[in-house]
Order: sequence, then C-alpha cells, then structure tokens
Amino acid sequence: MIKAVMMMNTQGKPRLAKFYDFLPVEKQQELIRGVFSVLCSRPENVSNFLEIDSLFGPDSRLVYKHYATLYFVLVFDGSENELAMLDLIQVLVETLDKCFSNVCELDIVFNYSKMHAVLDEIVFGGQVLETSSAEVMKAVEEISKLEAASNAISLVPKSVSGWRGR
Amino acid sequence: MEQLKTIGRELAMGSQGGFGQSKEFLDLVKSIGEARSKAEEDRIVLSEIEILKRRLLEPDIPKRKMKEYIIRLVYIEMLGHDASFGYIHAVKMTHDDNLLLKRTGYLAVTLFLNEDHDLIILIVNTIQKDLRSDNFLVVCAALNAICRLINEETIPAVLPQVVDLLNHQKEAVRKKAIMALHRFHRKSPSSVSHLISNFRKRLCDNDPGVMGATLCPLFDLISEDVTSYKDLVSSFVSILKQVTERRLPKSYDYHQMPAPFIQIKLLKIMALLGSGDKSASEIMYMVLGDLFRKCDSSTNIGNAILYECIRCISCILPSPKLLEAAAEAISKFLKSDSHNLKYMGIDGLGRLIKISPDIAEQHQLAVIDCLEDPDDTLKRKTFELLYKMTKSSNVEVIVDRMIDYMISINDNHYKTEIASRCVELAEQFAPSNQWFIQTMNKVFEHAGDLVNIKVAHNLMRLIAEGFGEDDDDADSKLRLSAVESYLKIISEPKLPSLFLQVISWVLGEYGTADGKYSASYISGKLCDVADAYSSDETVKGYAVSALMKIYAFEIASGRKVDVLPECQSLIEELLASHSTDLQQRAYELQALLALDARAVESIIPLDASCEDIEVDKDLSFLNGYIQQAIESGAQPYVSERERSGMFETTDYHSQDHHEVPSHALRFEAYELPKPSVPQQASTELVPVPEPSYYSESHQPIPTSLVSERDSSEIKLRLDGVKQKWGRPNYQPTASSSQNTPSITQQAPNGTATHSDGGVGSSSSKPRSSYESKKPEVDPEKQRLAASLFGGSSSSRSDRKSSSGGHKPAKGTSNKPATIPRENPTPVQPPPDLLDFGEPTATSVTTIDPFKELEGLLDSSSSQDGGSADVMGLYSDGAPVTTTTTSVDSLLSELSDSSKGNSRTYQSQTSKGPNSKEALEKDALVRQMGVNPTSQNPTLFKDLLG
Repeated sequence: MIKAVMMMNTQGKPRLAKFYDFLPVEKQQELIRGVFSVLCSRPENVSNFLEIDSLFGPDSRLVYKHYATLYFVLVFDGSENELAMLDLIQVLVETLDKCFSNVCELDIVFNYSKMHAVLDEIVFGGQVLETSSAEVMKAVEEISKLEAASNAISLVPKSVSGWRGR
Repeated sequence: MEQLKTIGRELAMGSQGGFGQSKEFLDLVKSIGEARSKAEEDRIVLSEIEILKRRLLEPDIPKRKMKEYIIRLVYIEMLGHDASFGYIHAVKMTHDDNLLLKRTGYLAVTLFLNEDHDLIILIVNTIQKDLRSDNFLVVCAALNAICRLINEETIPAVLPQVVDLLNHQKEAVRKKAIMALHRFHRKSPSSVSHLISNFRKRLCDNDPGVMGATLCPLFDLISEDVTSYKDLVSSFVSILKQVTERRLPKSYDYHQMPAPFIQIKLLKIMALLGSGDKSASEIMYMVLGDLFRKCDSSTNIGNAILYECIRCISCILPSPKLLEAAAEAISKFLKSDSHNLKYMGIDGLGRLIKISPDIAEQHQLAVIDCLEDPDDTLKRKTFELLYKMTKSSNVEVIVDRMIDYMISINDNHYKTEIASRCVELAEQFAPSNQWFIQTMNKVFEHAGDLVNIKVAHNLMRLIAEGFGEDDDDADSKLRLSAVESYLKIISEPKLPSLFLQVISWVLGEYGTADGKYSASYISGKLCDVADAYSSDETVKGYAVSALMKIYAFEIASGRKVDVLPECQSLIEELLASHSTDLQQRAYELQALLALDARAVESIIPLDASCEDIEVDKDLSFLNGYIQQAIESGAQPYVSERERSGMFETTDYHSQDHHEVPSHALRFEAYELPKPSVPQQASTELVPVPEPSYYSESHQPIPTSLVSERDSSEIKLRLDGVKQKWGRPNYQPTASSSQNTPSITQQAPNGTATHSDGGVGSSSSKPRSSYESKKPEVDPEKQRLAASLFGGSSSSRSDRKSSSGGHKPAKGTSNKPATIPRENPTPVQPPPDLLDFGEPTATSVTTIDPFKELEGLLDSSSSQDGGSADVMGLYSDGAPVTTTTTSVDSLLSELSDSSKGNSRTYQSQTSKGPNSKEALEKDALVRQMGVNPTSQNPTLFKDLLG
C-alpha cells in the first residue's frame, strides 16, 4: 500500500502532500521535513530508493525522483515494487505534463485542487488505480468539463499580469 | 516577451476547468515562495490566517470566494499551520449542489479530518445521498471521500450503497467501489466479511481495469489466508498469460508493456499462492518462463516485472530452469550502470541465495562494487545481503566491514540495527572467543549506547565462563587478553556507559587474576573511571564493586592492602552519596577492608562468578532450631496462604522478587491482592508437584503470630518453605535471584550480599534459565544457517572439506568448544579452530585480494586451499594485534582493487548534455522559490525520450 505522496521543492517547501492514513498536521510536517533532510543529503547519480524505517515505521520504502526544482516522493510498504513505484511517479509527471503542457513548479502550486484530482485518479485509498496517463487525462477532463458546465458563475478574468514585476 | 508568456500561462490556468484562483491567493503563494526564512514564512501565514478568520465571519460570502478560501485553508495546513477554524466551512461546502464546490469541499475534508472527527457525522448523510447520485462524477467524489472519512462505526451506513455500486455501468465507478470495499476491509475486516465473495466475482469483470483493481484486495486477503484461494491459482495464471500475450486493449499498455501493474500484482499473488505448494508452483512455471523470455529489460517497467518474477521464483517451489533464468536476470541487473537496477539485483540475490547459496559466487565482484558504492541505500542493501550469507568462514570479513560502516554513519536508527546485526553474527559465528571479544569491544566503543544491555551480559558471561571446557589455561589467556584490551581502551575519553560497566566488571574479576598487573594499578584505573564518569551512578556502582573484589582478592591471598588515597577519597565521597545503592556499596567495601583473610575469602571467593549458587530452599539448616522451638512450646508454622486473609506480610517480597507470576491454572478463589506470588514463581525453576502442594495448603492450620513475625524478619519465601518443611533433603538448585543472601550458604562474588548491578544477573544467572531461553533464539538461527548452507550438517561437512580436508576432526570440533556461549545447536560450525596449527603470519600481506573476496563469498567448491588458510589465520590464537592488522591490510588492498571498478561511475557522472545549463536554470528558480517563467526547457526533458 502507498502511504504517502509528496511533492516538495528543492528548498524543502511542500508543494503537495497526501497521506493515505490520517496523521496530525504536526506529524505530517515532521515527516516532510524528515524526508527532505534525507533527500537533500543524497548525492546525484545514486539510486532512487531509500529504506526509511526510521521515519515511517518498519518495512517502509521511499522512491523519489528529482525533476528540476521538484522532488516527487512516494512512500509505500513491502507490498509494492520499487521499480514500479518509480514508474508511477513517471505516470504522475507525464499526466501533469499533459495537463499543464510543460508542467513546472508554478502550475503545481497554483492548481492545487486539480493536482489532487489528478492524483486521486492515479492513486486511490493507497492503491494504484490507473497507470495510463491518457485514461487519467480523460477522467480529469471530464471532471473539468462538467465542472465548467455546472459552474454557473463565470470566472472573473484575472488581472495578474503585473504580479511578477512587483 | 517573458511577460507575455507569463500572462498567457496565467490565462491558460484560469481557463483550465475553473481551477484558477484570485490575485490574493497568487500573491500569498508568491510571497511565501520568496520568504527568506522560516520565520518570515510563518509571519506571512499567520497574517493570512487572520485575514481568513475575518473573512469567513462575513455574512453572505459568494460561493466562488468561499471555494477559494477553502483552498487557501488547505494550503495553510499543508504548510503546517492549524486551519481548524475553517473546517466547518469545508463541511458545509460538501453539501453544495454545484459539482465544483462539492468536489472542493470533499477534497478539503479528506485532507482536514480524520475518521474519528466530530464533524464527520455531518458528512455521512451527504455521502449517502451522493452515492445514489445519477452523476457518476459525484459518486466518484463521494467514494473518494469514503476512503478517508469512514470509520468502523459508519461503515454500515454506506455499505449497502457501495455494494450496489459494484454493478454500476461505469467501470470507473466499479473500480472505485472495489477500492472502497478494500479500504473497509482494511479498517474493519469483520464488517465486510460477508462480502468477500464480491471480490472473486469482480475478478471476472469485463473491464480489465476493474479486474486489476480487484487484485489489490485479493492480495490482502490471500496474504491473510492462502488456503482458501488455492482454487484461483489457475485463473491468475491464465489472466497473466492473457496479459502477456497482449490480449488486453492497447490502452492498457504502458511503455509498450501490456498492463505492467496488473502483471506485477499477479506475480505477487502467485508468489503467495505458490509458496510451499508443488502443484500450484508447477502451474506457474510455464508463464514465468514466458515472462523471462518476453520481458523487455531496456525499460524500467520491464525490469520491474523481471524483478517481480525473480521474487516469485524465490517464493514458490524452485525449478532449476527458472532459477537459472532468474540468476541470469540478476546478473544483468548487477552489471547495469543504473543504481536502481543494482539495488534490485542485490535484493534479488538476497532472495535467491536462500535457495541456491552458490549463486552469489559468480557475482562476488559486483557485490563488492556495491559495497564500495557511494550510494547509501545500495550499501545498506548489500550489507543486508552479506548478513544473509554470513557463515563462519566469512564472518570476520563481513563483521569487520559492518563495523567500519557503522563507525562512519551518524544515523542512530541504522547504527542500532547494524550494531545488533554485528553482535548477532559475532555471537553466532565467532571463530574464536578472542575475536569475539575484540569485535564486541569495537561495537561497544562506537555504538555502546545503542546496543541491548543483554549483549553486555553475554560478553561478561563469555569472559567468565571461557571456553566452557576444563581448559583453564586457555580461559585465563582469554581473560588476560580481555583485561589487556580494556586497560588500553579505558583511558579513552567518553566511552559509553554500558562498555564501562563491562570493563569495570572484567577488571574487578580478572584484573589481578594472573598477577601481571598489580592491585594498586588496577584499582587506580577503576578510581579514574569512577572519577571521570561521576554522573553515571551505574558505572560508579560497577567500579566500586570491582574495587571491592580486587581488595578482597588481595586480602584473601594474604597480601597487605594499601588503599590508594584516591580510592579512599572515593569511598568517603560515596559514603555520603545520595544514591543508597552507592552508599551501601561503599559501606560494604569499608567493612570488608577491616575483615580478616578467612572471612573475606568466604564472602568473595576468587573467580566464582560462574559458580552456581545453591539456594537451600528448604532451609534445612534451620530444622534443628525449629525443632527446639516447637519442643519449647512454639506453634508450628502456618503457610502464608492460610493467613493471607488476615495479614499483609509480603511487603518485603514485593521488593525482593521480580519474578513474573506464573500463569498456572488456579482452582480456588483469588486471595486479596498481594504484590507478588513468590512461590508460584519458584515453580518455574523447580518442578514442584502442584496437586499435592495445593491439597497440603488446604489443611486448616491455626494461625501463628510467631511464625508470621519470623517471616517478615528474615525475608524468606515462606510458602516455599512450608511446603517442604518436613523433608530434610533440600534440592540444590540454581538461584533465580541474587537477592536472597540470607539463605545462601556462600555467596560468590558475583552476588555478594546485594546485587552487583547487571553483572550479577548475568554472571550468576542460572544455567537452567539460560537454557530454557534457548528455544526462542534457536529456530531463527537454525533457519538462517540452514538457508545459508542448505541444510546444516551436510553442507557443513562440505565446507569443511573445502577448507582443507579436516573432516576427520569433525567429531571433536562439534563440541561447543569454539562457541562462545552455550550455543544452542550443532549448527554452529567451528572448524576454523581446526586450522590452529596452520601457518603463519608472514603470508598475510602477500595474499591476493581476490582470494579474500572469495573468502567473503565462500566459493566453496571451486576454492583451492588458499582462502581457507586465510580464514584459519584470523581465527588462530595469535596475538590480537597481528590479527587486526592482517585484516586491515587485506581490506585496504581490497579497496584498492575495487577502485578500478569505480572509475566507471566517475565517467558516468560527467554524462548528460544539458546538466550545466539545467543547473543554472535551477539556481534561478531556487532563488525565486517559485519559478514564474513560463517554461523550463530542461524540465522533464527525459520524460518522453
């Protein structure tokens, strides 16, 4: 079973964290910090696997992948296959890439609820639900369409062009 | 231009199905992204919390605004701040009819609330309604929420609907309903036990996705109860066959692999079903063989399946052909440049080695490479493998490696683990006691605070008991070497407390034993210890007791004792100590110094820590006295049981006996609560005929005040006494407690009058209880040994023949002579001691490092005598120093030899065309915290390649 999915940037700021068993906020923060401190001490060109009993209890493994400014992290137990989990991260990233056409950290930050929608299509209650990014995309787009249709309030155009300059 | 791109991106975000947010939120995210410190970030978040609190109180918030507030709350909580003030708004939002709002509400509550939260009750109703919705997206959202929000009590409220959904027309809903049911099963198996057949039914679902989802709950169910699913073996195999034959729709392909995740799950299930089942395994052989042939080892996912095949093969009944294929796959993994694959290879090797131990042999170089690798994960995995393949022929090399690594890391969690592994291996395979002591010293020195206290006691016992044979000469040699090594170490700063306890105890017992060191020298050292670690009372206690022993030995041997001035001041200091234990020890030491030689000798006899203490349970020596008392008119003793309703006499017992009460079945009513039941505990050691005992105690005997007073005065186990009072012959038995000095005939030094800290408990621990402990450790070790050697006895002789044809000597070597402690079984192979007489220290430095590798991997069959000689060298009784240096030199050569191999890694690091460019880009991004540029060209560049 998958215990947690995390995305954090290279400074340790969490961008998305989802734990499949309830944990109090403080514990979540502690784990995120713990994971980050392990990850940032890893040299480059080493394996993507970690045994992380000390943080998540016995028989916990962690797979991570480093993309540009982001770490994608999956924590799971012995009933999953490490290499397959690595590919699951790949699926997630591929899907995000299709979703946001060339995804970057910013997309993840600003589309928080969509991120969760994507993730929920891939991992459901700690089990892998879908691994085809096309299928996931289909599901997410269906949601988007329906939401757009049911969303009576049209979005107010945003005047955010200037925010970056300040 | 840049600006334009940004605008475009933001507009795009807004249009993407309404996931956009307002400027305020963007500003928040941006300012947090730019925060330079945690404090600044906290300040920003706190002010945001204030804003949200205020806003949420406003009346008539537009729904769109509300949705954004909720998202902001989620964001705040992700950053580690409490957003509970807004939970209720999230709950309210789940009630909304608008799908977008409802989904947001569900998302927020699944992230905010746990299943036992008070607010859940407000949601259950909504969930029930949503599960019945016509809109499948609403149903999906509700199913999603169920996984997190439903607890044991609320499961029945939604269960019927979820079961109905198993037949929903949309496969996405069916899939999620199965997953939800699976979740219920995990939370409370009993609540869904009647629905398990549904999982079997769904296995035949038309949609492969639903079938794949069903495998998850089935995997759990099968791992709980294998036997009731044996009938599915052929179904699983045929599904796997169909999958591999690409019968599934193309949409299930992933990287040209047909439904790999389904394949992996199936293989995992097959591993469970096939383990130890011949007929099931045979059905699987075909498809597994096909998989090996078909799997594309160039992709990650292909390798994942290959690895899963290896795992499966290692679990089911082995087939030689498949093992061969697995070994081949492993060697591909190990030869790969990817650390991930190496990791999997090592893991697979660790699994396969249980079945065919010689498989490691061909990969010895690869294994050594992994051991030298900078990657910690890989290194640890390799140590795990080495741990699995340790035998007495390679234990020294492996444990040495482990200790070196242990010293080099800071991670206490792993340090503890590897230290305990070292100890375990050393205890199990130690070729000689001397080596064992050296190894333990190292472990204690570097991880002393992390190891179990039992380890220390084992070490002390080993030193005390020696070879377990009547070879006093060897024993004293061993002790001398221990004393010498401790005297060398003792002056080093900051030794762990546990190690100091061992040192103190050994110096006290054996410091002056063979006259090499004077009493004043040893006692000076002990005073230094007590002085340097003055805050550690346990160590001080050990040191004082050690001093006491040393002086006692001096007095007993008739020499004049000069108490060192620093020792005198130590005693005086401790006489006024706050710790009563230390005070007591100091007073005893003082009193002992005043006694004459004869008395001292009987208090603390020389080297008696291993003597069994005879407890005269029957107190037969009091018989005369009692006879006298009865004759002069005293009333006979009445057992405590008889009096228990009236007197509370066991206060002393409560402190004196820490035995666990036994769980013997009782036939009478319980007496009033008492702190302890000593006589029951004593039955653990001495088999007392229970029935007769109970009938005895039933005899009505008048109460006696006299005996009751006696009992409290002399702290005896009155019940034990009562039952056997009439029988004059006492049963000499090992003592279970050193706290019964008044009834010991003679208290050997280990147990003099009060507990000698932990030492007493180890050294004077009765053999009987130690042996009774054996079965706990035993099967584990046996299993390990069996898996390493493939059956303990036969393989041992194999190995022995390879190590120089000492077979004829086997008979003698099987005695526990080389085994440090009473090692439970003949599994322990001690043959290296057989090489005692063999040559020679001179050849050591010239040994080819590869020989050593072979020693490490024990290439049993192909080996010439060489490695055996090397191993023999380590284990012979040579002085400590030569042993260690020879190992060191070997290891250094070893690392030299593997440097050549590490070159490949270096070249590898410089690969990758855009890495520099990417780094620069990343640096910019890091500065910003958030990357506002529209594109990062190197991002995910390896994605679709």
